[in-house]
Parts: sequence; structure tokens; C-alpha cells
Amino acid sequence: MDFVNMTVERSNVQLTKADFESDQMVKWCPGCGAHAILSAVERVFPKIGYRKENFCMVSGIGCSSRFPYYVNTYGIHGIHGRAAAIGTGVKIANPKLSTWIATGDGDSLAIGGNHFIHIIRRNVDVNILLFNNQIYGLTKGQYSPTTPMGKVTKTSPQGTIEHPFNIGELVMGAQGTFFARVPDNNINLMTEAMFEAAKHDGTSIIEIMQNCIIYADKAHADVTGKEVKDENMLVLKNGEPMLFGKDHKKGLRLNGTRLEVVEIGKKGITVDDILIHDQYDQDPGIHTMLAKLAPPIFPMVFGVIRSAMFPTYDDLVEEQIKFAKDTSKIKCVDDLLNSGDTWEIS
Amino acid sequence: MAKKKRNVVEKESVVVKFVGDSGDGMQLTGDMFSEVAALEGNDLATFPDFPAEIRAPQNTIAGVSGFQMHMGSSKIFTTGDLVDVLVAMNPASLKSNLKWVKKGATILIDTDAFDPKTIEKAGYKQDPLQDHSVDSFNMIKAPMTTLTKECLKDRGIDNKTAERSKNMFALGMLFYIFNRDLKSSFTYFEKRFKKKPEIVEINKIVLQAGYNYAETIEALESVIQVSPAKMEKGRYRNITGNVATAWGLLAASEKSGRPLFLGSYPITPATEILMELAKHKSLGAKVFQAEDEIAGICSAIGASYTGSLACTSTSGPGLSLKCEAIGLAVMTELPLVIVDVQRGGPSTGLPTKSEQSDLYQALFGRNGECPVIVIAASTSENCFNYAYEAAKLSMEHMTPCILLTDGYLGFGSALFKIPKMADMPPINPPIAEANDPDFKPYRRDPETLVRQWAIPGTEGLRHRIGGLEKEDIIGTVSMDPVNHQKMVDLRNAKVDKIADFIPLQEVDGDPSGKLLVVSWGGTFGAVHSAVKEVQDKGRKVSHAHFNYIMPLPKNTGEIFSGFKNILVCELNSGQFVNYLRMRHPKHDYYQFNKVQGLPFMINELTDKFNQLLEEK
Repeated sequence: MDFVNMTVERSNVQLTKADFESDQMVKWCPGCGAHAILSAVERVFPKIGYRKENFCMVSGIGCSSRFPYYVNTYGIHGIHGRAAAIGTGVKIANPKLSTWIATGDGDSLAIGGNHFIHIIRRNVDVNILLFNNQIYGLTKGQYSPTTPMGKVTKTSPQGTIEHPFNIGELVMGAQGTFFARVPDNNINLMTEAMFEAAKHDGTSIIEIMQNCIIYADKAHADVTGKEVKDENMLVLKNGEPMLFGKDHKKGLRLNGTRLEVVEIGKKGITVDDILIHDQYDQDPGIHTMLAKLAPPIFPMVFGVIRSAMFPTYDDLVEEQIKFAKDTSKIKCVDDLLNSGDTWEIS
Repeated sequence: MAKKKRNVVEKESVVVKFVGDSGDGMQLTGDMFSEVAALEGNDLATFPDFPAEIRAPQNTIAGVSGFQMHMGSSKIFTTGDLVDVLVAMNPASLKSNLKWVKKGATILIDTDAFDPKTIEKAGYKQDPLQDHSVDSFNMIKAPMTTLTKECLKDRGIDNKTAERSKNMFALGMLFYIFNRDLKSSFTYFEKRFKKKPEIVEINKIVLQAGYNYAETIEALESVIQVSPAKMEKGRYRNITGNVATAWGLLAASEKSGRPLFLGSYPITPATEILMELAKHKSLGAKVFQAEDEIAGICSAIGASYTGSLACTSTSGPGLSLKCEAIGLAVMTELPLVIVDVQRGGPSTGLPTKSEQSDLYQALFGRNGECPVIVIAASTSENCFNYAYEAAKLSMEHMTPCILLTDGYLGFGSALFKIPKMADMPPINPPIAEANDPDFKPYRRDPETLVRQWAIPGTEGLRHRIGGLEKEDIIGTVSMDPVNHQKMVDLRNAKVDKIADFIPLQEVDGDPSGKLLVVSWGGTFGAVHSAVKEVQDKGRKVSHAHFNYIMPLPKNTGEIFSGFKNILVCELNSGQFVNYLRMRHPKHDYYQFNKVQGLPFMINELTDKFNQLLEEK
């Protein structure tokens, strides 16, 4: 796999999964989707190839946010909803750190919603692993901003009466430059998306459809379950047609301004009619449409949906500082103290 | 411009106030008058008094903007209680300021601004210039607008621009009244408006016209002379408290070698700190204007974890929003400077007015057992030193420090003797060395109880910290009851031990006696002046002004034991006095409080001192 990010120093030895395993007991419930996410991270970090001291893990509060304790990197476990804000400080202060945020649907979309949209808008170069289990797990089963409408939870005994966020749509609305969606039961897809996120300069959001076995078991099974996934999941590959279904006979076509599902071989449809995925397209139009698709009419779209190049906040900070240092007469605090109107009293 | 022979009366100190409509340029006029006074060698203090609204309706009381300055030939401690010379550009500004003007004071009026409409808008029933209500003052009435337009009529300037220069006419008149040399003022103007020669030209014409007019009408029987103050040798400049705070942080960053990070959100009256630091990227300052107060402090915590001198600046309501995050910094034992430029509260309160009512919040406003260092600046210029000190203590002791200033210090300005960076005390943060085999996140220096700062990127120091309680030394998550007690005790003891590293409390006056006046933070000028006034009358009173609040200086109890009565004066309902009652319960405390969004007046303090001195 090739690599482009030159800001973070690379390791001169080949690291392995063991380099990132912490000695802490992992306390997630047995069967929780978070275990697989941890495994994917430990697998992808050595592949990314940075010095192990240059990874920094940041989190907020919730099941997802225990993550930093379980990876052997530098890490800070923050407070509820604030991981994006803490991570912004980490990255601005030291752009040489590969900064990863572990967060959940409650942490980032409810209490931390403000920081979430603003880190995306600024395009701070961090990677956000958003564990979307559609429930508050650590507080034991209250509905979250992604819980489907009508769902019965401990705080919605008659079913929720709130419209859930579609995370991809929210990311695009906040002018996101990178969005990927992956299921927690496909470790290869997870590691590929994480690697792509690391490569991307800017805020990378990876929505991980994570299963909470206790409070929202099988929440994603309608899409990612073994029996339905062929029909209900479309895994994107850049530069390739958007095909899905058993034997890849179905695909997405643009009909006017809308997407539609078509079958190859029927009504004269060939593979040439199928939309080709361009994750690097700067225009978020198609990416937004793709992010919104869902069964029963459409498949849900997985993989890297968007990875567009825009300047990052942290690069612009460094540029402004360099320009100021090159051009300002004030080179040290003594210069500053003596600048402007001063006078001597003798 | 040879000076004619004039009668001159020498004054030790004079309070001048410029008031007008928010669009009249009173801040600029006051600023220029102050700069010239400083260049002439006077000591001075200034305070802008502007409305909370950007542009309140014209000619109303709500729209009055003011700038007060106090200059003297001796050390100036306050911006003055009552005004000696008032410049009032419209009826509303006259009406709202008259109660702050001394009997017999001189008042300059732009008579052109007094017409039936503006008089009515100001809330006057009849023209105050006609109804004898200002007879006890020395009124200098000048048609400033007309005269300004007149002197610019050949310059091809539109009416509006010409009218806007009337503040320069007033300034010219003041330069005559204060016997200032116009030539040196011109030099100052040329420097200030270097890039706009046409503005210099207009201003010079109008200033000269104002000056000449005052001379012609013999505005005063004797012009006022305020001679240069005897000040310590050195290089000086004028500085506001907020700028001084920003510069103190920059100085601490340079001295410690830790890059400066400020994460802040705009809030009156603290915004100038954010704006000032944003200007100094050439010194490597990284300034992040966050989406809210919480993101401001949280980004600073992230920056602190990565080894920056991390700061956040705010005012009362913003500090409330930051409380949870301060707890995170206490728990993770990371350095963090939180500057709170206090204003009137609670809630939105009085955004542009000053108070000392955030002390409880600074000391106690968090969940859990959560001690932080609390220090307070006491003058606009020493905001520099206390910002530096806040950064030094926070980094060397690996714990957050709240620096309390207030709107009065922050907006106010004073003369600042420029320090040399080489003379500033060293700052040595406890940075962990790469590959130290003994490194543990919560291993402590046995003397200070301070843990090491292990900076991400350093080889061999990977570790995790966070808001969950951690096991002593090794730093893994721990819910063990005995360990929690131990960690709580350690965090408390660490902050208490800082008392060994701060100066002893000083007392102005005798070390024992009948009355000790105690004050803290931004009230220094008024309380010091009041104490001095009583002392000068031969009465025994001593004064202890506190800058270090948590922990208190070690000799605090000892000092208190030397006095029969202790009077604690503060601009709140008694927050410091109650803190002292808690920390030093053996003593009885009297208290003197005021919560009006206004500073102490010297005479209200001296009345209280004298009353206590007369009691048996």
C-alpha cells in the first residue's frame, strides 16, 4: 500500500500488531463489536508505518471511549462529548502526531454534536472512529441520536419519537472531506477504511456499524446480517462500477437527478450503464446521495464514500506561523515588549 | 508657537474624563490625550467606560461612551473617583456623568450638540446650560462643531468628515488647558498616523484651532500644569491589563521553551486576550478560536497533553462552562492556565462592568475534590507578571491555575516598566526524558508531589491518562477505594505544597496594630490609596493585599494574629472573607462589600476604616 502523508515521522523498523497491544484487561462485554474494531486498529497501525510514539488516541465518554486504554500508544481519555475538541488541540499543537479519536453515537452526535460538526468544517487532520451502535450502552440502554424512530428503549417505552441522524449526511452537510462506512463484522473492510483514513489529509470519519449485544443486539442485522448482506450492502471500490447483489448483477444508475437500482442483463442494461465510484470527487453531490441510501429500496453503501482533497486546518496554521515568522519584525518577546510607543525615564 | 506668558497652577494629580455619543471617538481622544501625558512623563491610569451595546440610539444615556484618565506627578494607583475636568460632547453624556464630577470642576461643552431635540433625548426637561443647574462648575462652552467645520472649510472635505473631527478640537482645547506643548503632540500624531498623512494634516489643523480658541477666550484663569512624575529609571510603555496578560503568557512560553497554545471563545471583557495573542504568530503562538467555551478549554487540554503551555481565556459565564474540563485537567495532572477576566454576574449579568464575584467559582466550582491554584492580578500592568506566574506555577507543579483579573484591570491601562526577558525567573517544567526506564505516569517528585510531563512523540514513554481515577504511580484505571483516598489526598497535598514556592504575604504599614485592611485582586489601587490617605493623617492602619489565594501564603495566619481587627474589602458579598474564615477560623473578620459593578471609592473605604479605628 502506498503512502502520502509526510508530516508524521515513519518507523524505520517494521512494527507488528504486538507493538500496539496494551497490557490492560479489555472490559467490553463478550461478543461486543468493539473487540473487532480494536483488533482492526492493532492490525492497521503497523501497516500505516508511523513510529509507534507518533500515534495519539483521544476519546470522550462511553463504551467506545475506553479505547485508548486498550491500545499501546499515547492516549487521553477525555470527558463526555469533547473528544473532537481535545483531538483538535492535540493535532494543532503537534501536527506530527497521527491523531485518532474513538467515539460513539451518543458522545459525538448528542452531547458532542457541536464539536463534531466544527472539527469536520475545519478539516483538522484527525481520524475519527465513530462506533454507531444506535444506543447508549454504558448508561444501559437509552436511545441515541441514531436510534431508528419508533424503537423501544429504556427511555422510550412507547418507541422513540425522534428522527435519527444519518451520519454520512451530517458529515457532508458539515462539508466533510472524508466519509467511510464499515460493518464491525468485516475486519478487512474496517482496516482498509482505516488505512484510507490515515492517508487522507483532513478530518476522516469512519462510521462503524457496531453491534451492542446487550442493549441493541442485531440493530444492523437487517443490513449486515449473513442472509441479507449480499442484497442490502453495496461495497464501494474507487474507479469501479457500483455493483451489488449475489453475483454482482445489480447496480446503481443515475437516472436524471436520482439514483436507481438496475439489474444487469434486464431491459438492455449493461455494466457500462452503472455509475463508477469516484471517491476523490470534490463535489459532494453523488457522495451525499450514496450516504443516504438504505433498504428496502436501495442497498446501504459501505467502504470509502468520500475522500476529497482540501487544505487542512493544521497545515494552514503552520503556514500562517511560518509566514509571520518570515515577515514579522517581532522575533522574540523582548522585541514585542519594546515595540510601538515606548520611552526612557532616566 | 512660542508660549505666551500664562498663569500656571501646579497640580499633583488630575482626573480627566471624555464623554460623548458612542460614535464621537471618545476612546480614541482619551487614548491620545493619555499617550501625550505619558510621553510628557506623567504617571497615569486609564479606564474606558463604554456601553454594552455597540451602537445604542444616538444622543441617549444608553449610548454614552466614556474614557477616564488619571495623571499625576506622583505614583497613580487608580483611575480616580471624581473628575476634575470633564469633556462632554452632548447633553446625554453631561447628564449621565455629572454625579461623578467634583464640585467646581471644569466642564468643556460642545454647545452645537445642545438643541431641543438632543436635550429632550437625554431626558432633560429644560436646557441644562440655561437653567443654572451647572452653575457650580466652571463651564467652558464652545461651538466645537461649527468651529471645526469652519477651520476645515478650505480643505475640500465633506461636512461629515469635518464634523467627525470635533473631538480633535476638544483635544486641542485640552492641550491648552493642560499647558501641553503642541509640537510634541504633533510629533506623536505623525507617528501614530504614519500611513495616513492626510489625517495627520486635518488633525493638526483642528488641534491647532482648538488650542488657539482656548487661548483666545482664556478658557481658564490659570492653565494646569502636571509635572513629570518621579519614576524608577527604565523604559516604559502604556499597557492594558488584557494585553499585559497576553504578553505574560508569551513571555512564559519563551522562557520555558514550551510553545504557546490558546483555545478560547470570544467573551466580554476577556476577548482582547484572544485578539492580542492572535497577532503574535511570529512568536509561534497557536491561537484557536473554538466553537464554544468548552471546546476552548478542551482543545487547550489536548495541547497541554502534547507539551504546550496551554491556556484558555474567559469571563464568568465562560468559566462556568469550563468547570467540568478543569476537573479533567486536575485529574490528568496537566498544566493549564485559565484566565478569568471577571465581570458582573450571575448569568449574563453586567458584561462590561467589573466585580470580584467569581472567586467561589474559581475555588470550588467543580465536581469532586478538585483543587486548583488560584492567583489574582492587582494592577493592569502586573497582569503581565501574574500571567507569567500562573504559567510558571501551573507547568512546574503540573496542575491547572486560574488567574483572576477583572474588567476594570483588563480594559484599564497603566504605565508599565518594560522588563528584560533575561531578568524573568526561570521556568522548569518536569519533562520526562526519552526511554527513562523508571517512567510511570503518576510517579511523583517526593518533595513537590509533582508527576512528570511525558510528551507524545517521545520514545519509550507511551502512556494513557484520562478522567477516570488512576492507580497511584502506574496510572492504570483503578476503582479501588483506598487508592482513591490516596490519590485525592495526593492531589490536595500537591497544591497545598505550592505555598512553599510562592512569596510570603507582605504588609504595608506596621506588622501589628488595631486594624489590618485585607483586600485581593483588582481593588489594590483603591484600597491602597485609601489606606495611604488614613496613614497620612497619622492614624495606624496596615494593609495586606493578596495575590496568592489558593494556596494562601504561609504567613497569612501569623500576620492576622498581629491585629485586633481585620477588615476584608472586596467587590462581592464576602467570598474571600468566607474563604479566610474557613482557612483561618481563629480570627474575627469584619467585611466591607460592594456589588454595583463599580470600583471602590476611596472615601467610602476611608469612612469604614475610620469607623473601625474609632471603635473601642
